[in-house]
Amino acid sequence: MSATGIGATVRRKEDQRFITGKGHYTADVNRAGQTHACFVRSPHAHARIKGIDATAASKMPGVVAVLTGADLAVDKLGNLICGWMIHSKDGSAMKMAPHPALAQTKACHVGDPVAVVIAETLAQAKDAAEKVQVDYEVLPAVADPAQAQSAGAAQIHEVAPKNTIYQWQLGDKGKTDAAFQSAAHVTKLDIVNNRLVPNAIEPRAAIGEYDSGTGHFTLWNTTQNPHVARLVIAAFIGMAPEHKLRVIAPDVGGGFGSKIFIYPEEVVALWASKRVGRPVKWVAERVESFLSDAHGRDHVTHAEMAFDRDGKVVGLRARTIANLGAYMSTFSSSVPTYLYATLLSGQYNIPNIYCEVDAVYTNTVPVDAYRGAGRPEATFVVERLVEVAARELSIDPAELRKRNFIHQFPHQTPVILAYDAGDYNASLKKALELADYKGFAKRKRESARDGKLRGIGLSAYIEACGLAPSQAAGSLGAGVGLWESAEVRVNPTGSVEVLTGSHSHGQGHETTFAQLVSERLGIAIDNVSIVHGDTDIVQFGMGTYGSRSGAVGMSAIVKALDKVEAKAKKVASHLLEAAEGDIVFKDGKFTVAGTDRSVPWGDVALNAYTAHKFSGQELEPGLKETSFYDPTNFTFPAGCHVCEVEIDPDTGETEIVNWTAVDDFGVLVNPMIVEGQVHGGITQGVGQALLERAIYDKDGQLVTGSFMDYCMPRAHDVPSFKVGVTVTKCPSNPLGIKGCGEAGAIAAPAAVINAITDAIGSEQIAMPATPQAVWTAIQRGNATRKAAE
Amino acid sequence: MYAFTLHRPSSVRQAANLLAKSEDAKLLAGGQTLIPTMKQRLASPASLIDLSLIEGLSGIELRGRSIVIGAMTRHAEVADSPVVQENLPALAELAGEIGDPHVRNMGTIGGSLANNDPNADYPAAALGLGATIVTNKRRIAADEFFTGMFETALGADEIVTKVMFPLPKKAAYVKFANPASRYALVGVLVSKRGREIRVAVTGAGANGVFRVTAFEEALQRRFGPKSLDGLSVPAAGLNSDIHGSAEYRAHLIGVLARRAVAAAAG
Repeated sequence: MSATGIGATVRRKEDQRFITGKGHYTADVNRAGQTHACFVRSPHAHARIKGIDATAASKMPGVVAVLTGADLAVDKLGNLICGWMIHSKDGSAMKMAPHPALAQTKACHVGDPVAVVIAETLAQAKDAAEKVQVDYEVLPAVADPAQAQSAGAAQIHEVAPKNTIYQWQLGDKGKTDAAFQSAAHVTKLDIVNNRLVPNAIEPRAAIGEYDSGTGHFTLWNTTQNPHVARLVIAAFIGMAPEHKLRVIAPDVGGGFGSKIFIYPEEVVALWASKRVGRPVKWVAERVESFLSDAHGRDHVTHAEMAFDRDGKVVGLRARTIANLGAYMSTFSSSVPTYLYATLLSGQYNIPNIYCEVDAVYTNTVPVDAYRGAGRPEATFVVERLVEVAARELSIDPAELRKRNFIHQFPHQTPVILAYDAGDYNASLKKALELADYKGFAKRKRESARDGKLRGIGLSAYIEACGLAPSQAAGSLGAGVGLWESAEVRVNPTGSVEVLTGSHSHGQGHETTFAQLVSERLGIAIDNVSIVHGDTDIVQFGMGTYGSRSGAVGMSAIVKALDKVEAKAKKVASHLLEAAEGDIVFKDGKFTVAGTDRSVPWGDVALNAYTAHKFSGQELEPGLKETSFYDPTNFTFPAGCHVCEVEIDPDTGETEIVNWTAVDDFGVLVNPMIVEGQVHGGITQGVGQALLERAIYDKDGQLVTGSFMDYCMPRAHDVPSFKVGVTVTKCPSNPLGIKGCGEAGAIAAPAAVINAITDAIGSEQIAMPATPQAVWTAIQRGNATRKAAE
Repeated sequence: MYAFTLHRPSSVRQAANLLAKSEDAKLLAGGQTLIPTMKQRLASPASLIDLSLIEGLSGIELRGRSIVIGAMTRHAEVADSPVVQENLPALAELAGEIGDPHVRNMGTIGGSLANNDPNADYPAAALGLGATIVTNKRRIAADEFFTGMFETALGADEIVTKVMFPLPKKAAYVKFANPASRYALVGVLVSKRGREIRVAVTGAGANGVFRVTAFEEALQRRFGPKSLDGLSVPAAGLNSDIHGSAEYRAHLIGVLARRAVAAAAG
C-alpha cells in the first residue's frame, strides 16, 4: 500500500476549501442581471384554488413578474414525475397523480407552491409575495398514513381512490402462512417508523438562466445527480432539449438523499428565467426546507416472525402502510418496495418471507429516499423482531442471531436478493468483544446502585448498496440504468483529470477517487483532480446515492484506467522499441520484462501527445479513455452494532454510554473517511431513535416546522464511538468495495430501541424515545407490575 | 424582515423619550428573540431603539450583600464572572446553560426578564432569588414583576436598567432542557436566605414563572430533599405541548426541585 493509495488514511483534499470558507455553493453563484424568486406557498394542507389575484403584488416595487400554475399550463410544461414503476398485486400500475411545478387546481400540502414572485431584490420579492391574493376553498385533509385509506378520509387525487397508490406484495404468501401455522413460537410487533426531515446543512437552491441568443438554458442546482436532473427536466418537463440544457451542481453541502429529486423550485427558476429574460435565483430558507424537501421514512407496520422448537426462524411476514405524501417524488415508489421488503431476510437464513405494502397519498410533504432509504425500515423490523423473540424465548439475543445467520455464499433469499459474500459471525463476535458484552451484567449492577437502568441492544444489519445492475433495476421498474461513467484524461505532463458521473456532496470523492488513480498510475495524489457536477463538462452519469459511488463510480474509473494503461503500454512499446506484450507497468514505470530498460509515466504521457515516436496509422495520439461500468450485483455491506444505554428512571432521559460498530464494507479506500461516514450515519440513526420526528396535526399542519421544535442530534447526544471492521471482499466489483455511506443510519435505530427496551423491561416504546415516552413506559410498566402483585 | 427605523440613543433618558413618543417602537437589547421573530416576519415594529450604545447599562458588581447586574450584561458575562461564580454560583451556572454560545454572547439579562418568555431561565433566577428589578422609574420586586406569559409590570416607557440579586445562603438551579430549543422544558430554582425559602419554576406554568408555596413551606421545616417527599404540583394549569404533557411537567417539577434542594444543601 502506498502512502496515498487504496487503504491509506489520506487527509481530505477538499477540506482546504471547505474549512477556510472557500467552498463555492449554489447560493454563492451570482449572475449579471439576476432577479430573485419568492414562492407563495399554500398555508393549507388541502385546498381548492379558486383564483389568484396578482394585481396588487405586480404593482409592488421591484416586481418583475408574478407567475402561477396557469402560466405554466400556457407554456405546456410537463409534470414532475416518479421514475420507478411499481405494479400492484392485481397487476395494475401505480396511481401517479399529476404534479405541476406550481399547483394549478389544488394545493395538496402545506408549503405546496402556488405562485412565484420574481423581483429585483429578495426583500422586494418577499414583500410582494405577501400581496398575492389566493382564493382558497379549504378542503378536509388527511395526514396520518394509517387513516388515509379509511372510508371517511379526504380524497386527494382523482386517480387514486382511497388515496391508495399501489398495493404491492413480495414473497410467497401461501408458503409463509403455512410456516407460521406449524411454528412453535410467533413474535409479533406493531411498529411506526417515524417520519424525518432530512435537513442538510445547505438548504436547496437554484439559479436558472436562459440565453435567448443560443436558446440554451443553464441551471445551477443543489443536486446529487445533475445528469438525472437534466434528463428529467428535458424529457418529462419539456423545458428544453437535453443538449440545450446545462445543469451545474457546484459544491453541495449535504444531501442524504433529499437532493436526488427533481423539485418544483428549480423547474420554476429555470422556466421563469426565460419568461422574464433574466437569471432567476432562489435559495430556500430553513422553513422552506421543512415544508418542501422530501421527508423520509413514515411507515406503519405490523410484523411477525415465526420460530421452530430450536429457535430457528421459519418465516417472516410484514404488512406496511407507507406514506408517500401529497405527490409521488422522483424515486418514492421504490423506497418502501424494492429497497425495503427485499432486505427483510436480514443476515438470517429465513426460508419463507411475505410482505405487503400499501403506499398512500396524504396531505403532507412528499416522502422519498433518505439516508438508508427502505433499508433502515427493514432493519428495524427484522432486528426488533429478533431481539424481542430472544427475550420471549429466553435465549441470549446474540445466540439467537448466531443460530440463524447465513453461513454459505452466495445465498439466495426468498425476497429477490442473492447475497454474494459476508461473515456475520465474525462481525458479531468482534462487536461483542469490543463492547465487552460479557461485562454488561456487572455494569448493569453498578448502574442500579446509582439508581439508573442500564440496557444493551444489538443490531445485526444488512443493506443492499452499490445501486445497481441496470438490467435488474429495469426488471423491477426503474426508469433508468444504474451504471456509472468515468473518463480518465491524462495530460501531456502526466497529471490526470478524472471526470466522474458520481457527485460528491460530503463523501470525499476528490480524495478517495484520487487515491485510486495515485495507486494505479504511481503518481502523486496532488497530480490528480476529480471533476464532477457539470453536464457540459462531464459525460452522462447517474450521480451519488445508495452508497454507490465507491462500488460503482470507482469501478468505472478502474475500467477507464485499464484502457489508459493498455494504450500507454502501446506508447511505451514504441519508446522502448519492444513488443507491446513485453511491457510491464509497475510503480509508475513501464519496463521491458526481464530487463532494466524502462520509461517513467511522465515520458509516456508526453509522448502520447507529441506523437513523435509512432505513426498516426499505427496508433492514435492522445491518452484519454472513457468507461461505463454496470455492476454485476448489488453489494451487501453488513455488520453488528451494539448500543448500551443508561436511563434515569426519574426523568426518562436516555444516555448512550457505549457504542460499538463493527462493519464489513469490503475493501476500505480511506479508513478515516469510512470512519467519518460511520460516525455520521450512527448519529443520524440516533437522531431518529431518540430525537427526531415530523409531527403533523390532524389538519395537516407541520407542528415541528423549525429547529425550535424539530430536534436534530448534536455532538453531545452521542458517545465516542468504538469502531471496528471485518473484511470480506465484495466479489461483484473490481476493487472489492461494498459501500459505507448509509450503514450507520440503517443499523442505529434498532440498536438504540433494543437497548432501551432491555433497560426498562417493556417493548412498548415508539421512536423517538423521548424522555417523556421512556418515563411513561416505565410508569406503565410499574403500574402493570403493581396490578399483577 | 420589514423595514423599520433604527434609533441609537446614548442615554436611558433619550431612550425613554423615544419610547414614549414613537408609535409601535420596541427596545432592542440582545435581540435573541426579537430579531429572529422579525426575520420571520412575525413581528414588524415601526422602530427599534437600540440600547447597546448607552454607557453604564452593562456590568457586574458586588454591593454589600447583593450582586448588581446591568440590564445589558450578556449571559456569557454573567456565566464567566468571577464575582458571580464566587458569590452566587447558581446564577452563573444558570446563565451558562441558556441557549447556545451565540445566544449567550448576545442575549442580555434585562432583555430576557422584560420579554418574560415562559420557558426562559432568567425569570426563575429573579423570582427564585427574590431579585429586585430596577428601571428608569422605580424598583420592582420580582414577586410583582412577572404578570403573565410574555407580560411584566413594566410600563409603556419603562426601561430595565439593572437587576439586584440579594445573596442567598444556599441556592441551586436545575434545568431540564427542551432537547430541540434548549429552553427550559422545566427549570427549578431553589434558594434559602435567612428564613426565606423560595422555589421558582419556569417552563411549566401556563402563565410563566411561578413559586411553589407548598414546597417552600415544607422546606421551611427542614431544608433537605426528603422534606419534599409525598409532595407534588398538580398538573392542572401547566403547559402541555409536543415536548411534554402537563403530567410529565408536574412530575419533573418534583424531581428537579428535589435535585435542586440536594444541590443547594450539599
